[in-house]
Amino acid sequence: MQLFPMQAISIESRRRGQRLVGPIDLTLEGQGATVVIGPNGAGKTTLLQLLHGTARLSAGRIDWACTTEEARHHQAFVFQRPVMLRRTVLENLIYPLRLRGVAKAQARLAAEEWAARVGLEPLLGRAAPVLSGGEQQKLALARALICKPKLLFLDEPCAALDGRATREIEAILHSAKSAGTRLILSTHDHGQARRLADDVLFLLGGHLHEAGPATMFFNRPETPEAQAFLRGDIVE
Amino acid sequence: MVDIWSGLTQAFWLVFTLDPELVEIAGRSLQVTVSALVVACLIALPLAALVAVKRFRARRLVIAVLNALMGLPPVVVGLIVYVVLSRSGPLGVLGLLFTPTAMIIAQVIIIVPLIASIAHQSIRELWQEYHDLLISMNVTQGQKIRTLLWDSRRALLTAALAGFGRAIGEVGAIMIVGGNIDHATRVLTTAIALETGKGEFALALALGFVLIGLAVAVNLAIHWLGRTEREGRW
Repeated sequence: MQLFPMQAISIESRRRGQRLVGPIDLTLEGQGATVVIGPNGAGKTTLLQLLHGTARLSAGRIDWACTTEEARHHQAFVFQRPVMLRRTVLENLIYPLRLRGVAKAQARLAAEEWAARVGLEPLLGRAAPVLSGGEQQKLALARALICKPKLLFLDEPCAALDGRATREIEAILHSAKSAGTRLILSTHDHGQARRLADDVLFLLGGHLHEAGPATMFFNRPETPEAQAFLRGDIVE
Repeated sequence: MVDIWSGLTQAFWLVFTLDPELVEIAGRSLQVTVSALVVACLIALPLAALVAVKRFRARRLVIAVLNALMGLPPVVVGLIVYVVLSRSGPLGVLGLLFTPTAMIIAQVIIIVPLIASIAHQSIRELWQEYHDLLISMNVTQGQKIRTLLWDSRRALLTAALAGFGRAIGEVGAIMIVGGNIDHATRVLTTAIALETGKGEFALALALGFVLIGLAVAVNLAIHWLGRTEREGRW
């Protein structure tokens, strides 16, 4: 089953008559990591939600290489502030598998494997809401990856984390990427964008201001706003 | 003061000797109230979850009505159930009036709004917390409701205990629909009302202390079984 290429055609999000994002045209191929950058309020989160299908399109449409329903089934989303189910770490991990009808024993095996992969194995029996911020985000990431999504959205996954937790998260993302998971993440951390991006979408004021391969964008940004943003100036 | 003291001693002896009449009355109190509680929870908890997650036109109205019905006067509920179940009423053929079943029906009507309102409050909070995740995971409505009910189970226990407290201490409605018939529909509260009316204050007080003891014991037992106040913040 193939999700890509995905084509978004003049998608828009409006709320109370005000346009938050768009119109944006976008084509995504099936490889690598796309990083969405831009200042706060540029519409990064809304764009991810529109593509994921959790925010309603006010206009435009999104075409996947398969049906939208199948596409939704093969996606996962990691939030800036991880949402922890009020259960143990193990139960959090098996939850998405159980939703898809995976048998309990099998789900448990997968959960233990993923807990080991993200370094949460000793905490399997702990209640998830009492974990530290970094541990919660790692759990959220493992819970998103456990269903082997073909496409993973991450909305500023490291915004509230320190350096070490960020490095661990990025290591997991790198291995997910090399295992063939397509990543789309938003960040306003330039360093993270450079480390992870294969291509870049630069959003400004709800519009796609500049887009291109990461090396091109970071070395020779075309627009003055992108140049200013990368210099660290405040862009509005 | 003398009455209270003799009530206490009498309560002690009634319990200590396992007075057969007391055991029967207390047992019926528990049986009626626990049955009503189980039925009420089966109605109120899914209803609370549904109202919390489903967007429909009359949602605000349903919530407002549930909250208002928390203060439903038991006597009026008893009266209405009486009229419905009486010989000439619409459900008269069932012959339920003056049976424990009629008392259960009345209690269910009284405590469903209470349990549903308290449960709705905490389920709604949990839903706000879970909303983005569950929407992203594309859960069905049934999975959503099951997840929310399971993960707010401790708050729901509190709601159920509030319902239990209201039902076991209730007298107006079950007096009307049960009739306080000896060996058939007499429970602790109706027996207390009767003994007070007869001027047997000591016996009435004794039954009252037994009732309080029973309510406290059940609450403690459920807290202990549910292991609330342990394991994390919920």
